[in-house]
Amino acid sequence: MSDHTADGLRALVAAFLDTHDPNGDRLGFLRARFDAGLAWVQHPPGRGGLGAPPQLQAVVDDAFAAAGAPDNQPRRNSIGLGMAAPTLLRHASDAQCRRWLRPLWTGEEVWCQLFSEPDAGSDLASLRTRAVPDGDDWVIDGQKVWTSLAHEARWAILLARTDPAAPKHHGITYFVCDMTAPGVQVRPLRQATGEAEFNEVFLTGVRVPDAHRIGAVGQGWQIARTTLMNERVAIGGRPLPREGGMVGVLARLWRERPELRTAGLHDEVLRAWVGAEAARLAALRLRQLIAAGEPGPEGSAVKLSFAELSQRISGLEVELRGSEGLRHDDWTMRRPTEPDLLGRTATYRYLRARGNSIEGGTSEILRSIIAERVLGLPTEPRVDR
Amino acid sequence: MSDLLYDADEEALRDTVRTLLATHAPWQRTLAAVDGDDPYDATLWRRLVDQLGVTGLAVPAEHGGAAAGFREVAVVLEELGRAVAPVPFLGAAVATRALLACAEHTLLRRLAAGECDVTMAIGFATAPDLATAADFATGPEARPAPVTVGPGPTLTGRVSGVADAVPHGLLLVPAGDALYVIDAAEPAVRMSAVVSLDATRPLVDIEFTAAAARPIATGAAAADAVTAALTAGAALLASEQVGLAQWCLDTTVAYVRQRHQFGRPVGSFQAVKHRLADVWVELTEARAVARYAADRLGAGGPEAALAAALAQAYCGPVAVRAAEVCVQLHGGIGFTWEHPAHLYLKRAKSAAIAFGTADRHRAALARLVDLPPPVTATAPPGAAVR
Repeated sequence: MSDHTADGLRALVAAFLDTHDPNGDRLGFLRARFDAGLAWVQHPPGRGGLGAPPQLQAVVDDAFAAAGAPDNQPRRNSIGLGMAAPTLLRHASDAQCRRWLRPLWTGEEVWCQLFSEPDAGSDLASLRTRAVPDGDDWVIDGQKVWTSLAHEARWAILLARTDPAAPKHHGITYFVCDMTAPGVQVRPLRQATGEAEFNEVFLTGVRVPDAHRIGAVGQGWQIARTTLMNERVAIGGRPLPREGGMVGVLARLWRERPELRTAGLHDEVLRAWVGAEAARLAALRLRQLIAAGEPGPEGSAVKLSFAELSQRISGLEVELRGSEGLRHDDWTMRRPTEPDLLGRTATYRYLRARGNSIEGGTSEILRSIIAERVLGLPTEPRVDR
Repeated sequence: MSDLLYDADEEALRDTVRTLLATHAPWQRTLAAVDGDDPYDATLWRRLVDQLGVTGLAVPAEHGGAAAGFREVAVVLEELGRAVAPVPFLGAAVATRALLACAEHTLLRRLAAGECDVTMAIGFATAPDLATAADFATGPEARPAPVTVGPGPTLTGRVSGVADAVPHGLLLVPAGDALYVIDAAEPAVRMSAVVSLDATRPLVDIEFTAAAARPIATGAAAADAVTAALTAGAALLASEQVGLAQWCLDTTVAYVRQRHQFGRPVGSFQAVKHRLADVWVELTEARAVARYAADRLGAGGPEAALAAALAQAYCGPVAVRAAEVCVQLHGGIGFTWEHPAHLYLKRAKSAAIAFGTADRHRAALARLVDLPPPVTATAPPGAAVR
C-alpha cells in the first residue's frame, strides 16, 4: 500500500521518473503513467489511480510538470476526460473500463457525447433516437446535434430510447458508440461565428454490441445525470490569475487606448472588472472547498456567472472599440477543436460568448437546478411524468 | 494564497455567537427596541464583550487580547448581520484597527478587557480614500472631520452621522494633522441622536466645544491610521452584508416553500425560483469576496485596500438586492412593520452607503488597478454644437 500523502506521492512520481524517460516516447510514457496509478490518483488501482484523496492529483500533476513530462493534452479530449470517464468509472463493468479508460486518458482515443437532439434540448429526456435489440447487438436510428469533437472522436457516449412505451425518463439506455461504425454520418454544424465547432450526427442502422451498453437497460437517465453533473461541475483546470480571462483583454484595451474612453463605459468597465474578480474568487473558494473534501453546489454558480460575464465583457469590448467594433476578422468556415477566445477580434468573442449561456445547460435550466437542488424549492407541476 | 474558507475555530466562534444571539437577540426584541428610547441593546453588548470577548479578538495577546484576528471579527459580524443585532461591534472593530496602527497599547488593553467603548468620530458614509495623507495636507475642508484644534489641545467643531458612538465611550477624532482621543462623557462633547434609516444602527451628530483632547498620532501616522481604520470598516462590513443577505435568502426560501397560491407553493413558480437562484449566486460570490477582504486585512498594504474596495463595490449591492427580493417575495406581509424584513432592508441600504458607496469604491479600484477615467477634453472657448 502506498503512502497517500503529498510527500508519498511525490516520491512515487520521482521513482516513476527514474525508470521512465519524460523525453522519450510520449505515448509510452503516458500509458506507463496510467498503469502506475498516477493518471487520476483518486480512482482505484487498475483504473489509472491509487485510491488516494482527490486533492493530491494537483501534487502529482505539478511533479510531472516540473520534470518536463508530457501531459495528456486534456483540452483535446475534454468530453472524454470531463464527462465520459467519470461516468464509465462509476457505472461501467471492469472489462469496459479496461478497454476504454487508458486510451481515453492518454488521448489516443477522443470521445464525444451523443445526447442532444433537434427536439430534445433542455428537455433531454424526451429524446427519440431508437435502439432496437437484434441478436447480440442494438440497432440505432436517430439524429443527434451540438456534438463537439464528433469529427475527431473514436467513441461516443450515447443515449437512446429502448422502450418507447415506458415513461420518458425510464425508457432510455446508455451506450458507447463506435464513431467509425457504418451508418454514423458526421456533418459540420456551422454556428453564428462562421466556424463549426459542433456537428450534427446522423445514426442510420448503426450496430452497437450489447457489450457496449453501460448499466442496465432503462437505467440510462440515471447514468446520464452523472455525466451532466460532471459537465457542470467541471470548471477550467488551473485557477486563473487576476485579469486572466476575457476581462484582461478589456482592461488592457482600456489602458492602451485612452482615446476610446468615455465616462459611461468607464463605469461599465469597472463593474465588469468587479464582477469578474468576484467570480474568480468564488471559483478559487470552490476549489478550496473541493480540496477540503466539502464539494459544494457552487459549481453551478461558477458556470452561470462565467456565461453572463463573458457576454457582458465581450459586448462591452466591441462597443468600446467603436468603429473598429464594426470589423470582423474572418467568416471562413473552420473546424476548431476549441474556441480561440483570445486570438481573434472582439466580434468573435462577442458572438462565441452567446453560446456560453446555452451550452452545457442553459442559464435558465441552471437557475432551476439551483432553485430545486440547492435551495430545495418545489419543482413546477409537470405533465410529462 | 488566501484561505477563503472558515477554519474549525472560526466555525466554533460562529456557533457560539449564533447561539447567544438566538437566545438573547431574537428579531422581535430588536423590532421592539426600534420603537423604544435606546435602540442599542446594552445588555446584549455586555454579553458579547464580557462572555465572548469580542472586542479582544483582533488585539494581540501581549496587549490583553485574544490574538485571533480580523478573520474572526468578520465571522462575528456575519452573525450580527444575520440577526441585525443592535450592538456597536463594527465601530469597535474599526477603532481597533486605528489603535493598532497608532500602537496605542493602553487603550487596546482597556478595549480588549471590555472596560471602554471606542469609536471613530467620522461620518459613517466616509470612504477610505477620503482620508488619505494627501487629504490631511490639503486643509481642513477636505478632511472627514472638519474639527479645529485649539490650545490645550482642545477640539471644537461638529461631526455628523457617526455610527456606533455610545454615551460614555471614547471617540477617536481626526483634526488638524493629528488623531485625538476624546472622552464622550465630557460636558464639552454633545451627542444628539439622528433619526436614522437603519434604526438598529443609530447615528449621532457630535458637537465638540473646546473639548479636551489627547493626540495619539500626528502627521502621516495619523492619516495612515484613519485610512487603515476606514479600510477595515469597508472590508469588515462586507461580512456583515453576507450574513444579512444569507438571512434574507434563507427566510425567503422557507416562506415561499410553505406559502401556497393557485393551489401550489409560491416557490414552485419559475419567476420566483429564478430570482432566488440569482440571489444565491451573488451571495456565493459575495462570501468569497468578503472572506478575501477579511483575510487580506491582517496583511495590510495595497492588496488590503484593493480587497476592501472590491468588497464594498460588490457586497453592498448584493445585500441590498437580497433584502429587496426578500420584501418582494414575501408579498404583503413583507411590507408590514410587524415582519422583520424591513429591518434587513434598512440595514442593507444604509450599509451600502457606509464607508462609501459602491460607485466610490469602483473609483478607488480604478486608481488601484490602473483603469483610469477618460481625460476630459476641454472644449475650445466659443465652440458650439453645429
